[in-house]
Amino acid sequence: MSGPAAPGDRRAVVRDSLGVGLATGAYGVSFGAVSVASGLSVAQTCALSLLMFTGASQFALVGVLASGGSAASAGATALLLGTRNALYGLRLAPLLGWRGLRRVGAAHLLIDESTAMSVGRTTRADARTGFLVTGLAVFVLWNLFTLLGAVGGAVLEDPRDLGLDAAVGAAFLALLWPRLDDALHRLVAVAAAGVALGLVPLAPAGVPVLAAAGVALLAGLLRPRSGATP
Amino acid sequence: MSAIWTAVLLASVGCYLLKLAGLSVPTSVLERPVVARVAGLLPVALLAALVGVQAVGDGSGLVIDARAAGLGVAVVLLLVRAPFLVVVAGAAAAAAVLRVLV
Repeated sequence: MSGPAAPGDRRAVVRDSLGVGLATGAYGVSFGAVSVASGLSVAQTCALSLLMFTGASQFALVGVLASGGSAASAGATALLLGTRNALYGLRLAPLLGWRGLRRVGAAHLLIDESTAMSVGRTTRADARTGFLVTGLAVFVLWNLFTLLGAVGGAVLEDPRDLGLDAAVGAAFLALLWPRLDDALHRLVAVAAAGVALGLVPLAPAGVPVLAAAGVALLAGLLRPRSGATP
Repeated sequence: MSAIWTAVLLASVGCYLLKLAGLSVPTSVLERPVVARVAGLLPVALLAALVGVQAVGDGSGLVIDARAAGLGVAVVLLLVRAPFLVVVAGAAAAAAVLRVLV
C-alpha cells in the first residue's frame, strides 16, 4: 500500500482502497477451506461471509466448533469478537455522517479494513470514499473467495492431509499479531492463552476461550491509565 | 433448524447489530474509558486463547502434534512480515509435510 493520499485525491484513495480490498478478500479462500474442514456445510460457510462479514468472528465461530465446542459458545465467542466493530463505528460515525437507510447499509461494511482506510482521512468525502470502496471491494472478493475455498475444501477426503487444522491456529495468530504492539497487549495475550489452556482439561470445549475474555475484563478494569486503543 | 445454522444466523444478526449500534448510539454511551479499554483488549484475549486451543487443544486434553509445528512456522513467517495468506498456507503445508514424514 502506498502512503496516505493527499486530501481530495480521490483516485489515490480509490486505488489504495482497492488494493486493501484485494489483499483482504483473497484470504477468504482460507476461511472457506477452514470452515468446511471444521464441519460446516458450503452453504453455512457462505452464509457466514455474506451475513456476519467480519473475519475474526467468522474464524472464531468455526474454530470453536472445530475444537468440539457447542454452537452456543461458538456464537458467543463470535459476538464478543464483534464488539470491536461497535467501537470502530463510534469513531467513524461523526466522520462519515450518514443517517437513516444509508447508515443501515453502511453498518454491514463496518470492518477492520474499511475503518482503517477511512479513519485517517481529513475530509468527509475522502473518508466516505475510503470506507465504501474498501468495504465493497472486501465484501465482493471475500464472498467470492469464501465460495472458492469452501467448494475446494469440500472435495477433500480428510482436510488434515492438507494441514487445514493447523491453518486455523495460524489464521488466529496472524489476526492477533498486529495487536501485540504494546506490553499490556502482550501480557493479556499470554495470560489469556494460559487461562484457556489451563481450562481445556476442566471445562467443556468452547468454554476456555470464552473464559479468556475475563482476562481482558480484568486487565481493562485494573489498568485505568494504560494506553490501550481498540 | 440445526444448532449450527441457529448459531450462524443469530451470531450474524448480533454482529450486524453491534456494527449498527456503533454508528448509531451517542458517542458518550460507549466511550467511557473502561468500556473502551475492555473492548480494545477483548480481541487480544480471545484471539490469543483461540491460538492456544487450536494449536495444542485436543478434546479435553493438550497435545503437541503437527499443528504446533505449523504454528511455529507461522511465527517465523510473521516475523519476516509475510502476508496473511502465506502465513496460513505455510502453517498448513508444514503440518501436512510433517504428517507425511512422521
